[in-house]
Amino acid sequence: MSAIRLQINGAAVTDDVPPRLSLADFLRERRNLTGTHLGCEHGVCGACTVLVDGEPARSCLMLAVACDEREVTTIEGFAGDPAIEALRRNFHRHHALQCGFCTPAMLITARDLILRQRAGSEREIRDALAGNICRCTGYTNIVTAIAETAKEIGKEAPNA
Amino acid sequence: MVQFGRIRGNLRGERQADGTSMKAPAVDYVRARSLAEAVDLLAEHRGEARVIAGGQSLVAMMNLRVASPGLLIDISRLPELSSASDDGDAVTVGACVTHAAIEDGRGADPSRGLMARVAATLAYRAIRTRGTIGGSLALSDPAAEWPAVMTALDAEVMVCGPGGRRSIRCSELTTGIFETKLAADEIIESVHIPKLSADARWGYLKLCRKSGEFANALAVAVVDPTRGHSRVVLGAANGAPLVLDNTSRLVSEGGRGDISGAVAIDLDRAANRHFDEFQRNLHAVATTRAVRQVLQ
Repeated sequence: MSAIRLQINGAAVTDDVPPRLSLADFLRERRNLTGTHLGCEHGVCGACTVLVDGEPARSCLMLAVACDEREVTTIEGFAGDPAIEALRRNFHRHHALQCGFCTPAMLITARDLILRQRAGSEREIRDALAGNICRCTGYTNIVTAIAETAKEIGKEAPNA
Repeated sequence: MVQFGRIRGNLRGERQADGTSMKAPAVDYVRARSLAEAVDLLAEHRGEARVIAGGQSLVAMMNLRVASPGLLIDISRLPELSSASDDGDAVTVGACVTHAAIEDGRGADPSRGLMARVAATLAYRAIRTRGTIGGSLALSDPAAEWPAVMTALDAEVMVCGPGGRRSIRCSELTTGIFETKLAADEIIESVHIPKLSADARWGYLKLCRKSGEFANALAVAVVDPTRGHSRVVLGAANGAPLVLDNTSRLVSEGGRGDISGAVAIDLDRAANRHFDEFQRNLHAVATTRAVRQVLQ
């Protein structure tokens, strides 16, 4: 067991973890943060995407022990985040989800795309969404929701 | 038919007494405080230890139980491995520099945009933020981008072991599928990449069915007239990156001639790669298009 101390959604957390425990299982099973979903567990489906030190990362491919002293943000930790709130609104408006399994990570990925200004065209958005698999929607409505959010946020902060 | 419960047990891994499901095999973990300490630990635990940086392949392999190291030596937070430095006629990129850092152009770029372009096609952003150039070279997945691209740029890796440091040319580093010249107790410290001259040109084409997947074919062409360097390299080539000598010569001569014919001669010479007709066609298309980008 290894002692770790990290920030999860802004709160300090300490725990003892076996080194083989993935960040995803740590979040889901020890912290009850079940909005982080596990699909493939080898980095392809994207459902487990969270932010580690502000950057998107696959929580299935990170060991919890390696997150010592890092800041982790899961889908539960975005209250008041303007980009996520706009994405939630537009996902709702455009019916950009069906079963919802991919949605938390889809929102986190979309937020990162928009903030890095990589959501300027349908092609750019679709290219990036190759790393987040959705088996329900066919992506059309997801792409629409992200494109619209990117436009809204671009208007609010043209130099962002 | 297998009962659902049994399938679930297999997929989810055994359930532990503490209520946590486990997928990867049990392993010990140590975060190295210096490269020297990492080298010492690797020598001490020779054979059972694996170095982990981003872990984007290693943890996946552990989750799938293809890899089961006894000890993980984490080098990802060593500051000396995490930056790039401009050495005048070359750039030294630390082994733990991430694909995302290269994609974003943080740090010096020796390649006039080639490396950023390559990084942007490598897996997905959430992988690129953690995966490292050194890890990619050390693993040498035959379909990976960096072994082929670093070969084309005539880069070399600086390697640190118990006996000290040595350098290995990237064109010689990868010897086969997941096989390299790295000794079991050596760690890649940095990649030394000669700078392309102002009149250099490059071409890059990766063919895969879904963005971010491992390549089915991957061709990179570099021509640098000032330095007299020109090299066309094929990745995803059933082994080490394949340097296409004949096509490289055609490119160095300005590309006047039959590109497809030159590529065909190189692919004929690579009979030991056992390309089937489909693969051969993909490789020929990727190479021809990468070469055309250079000659445009």
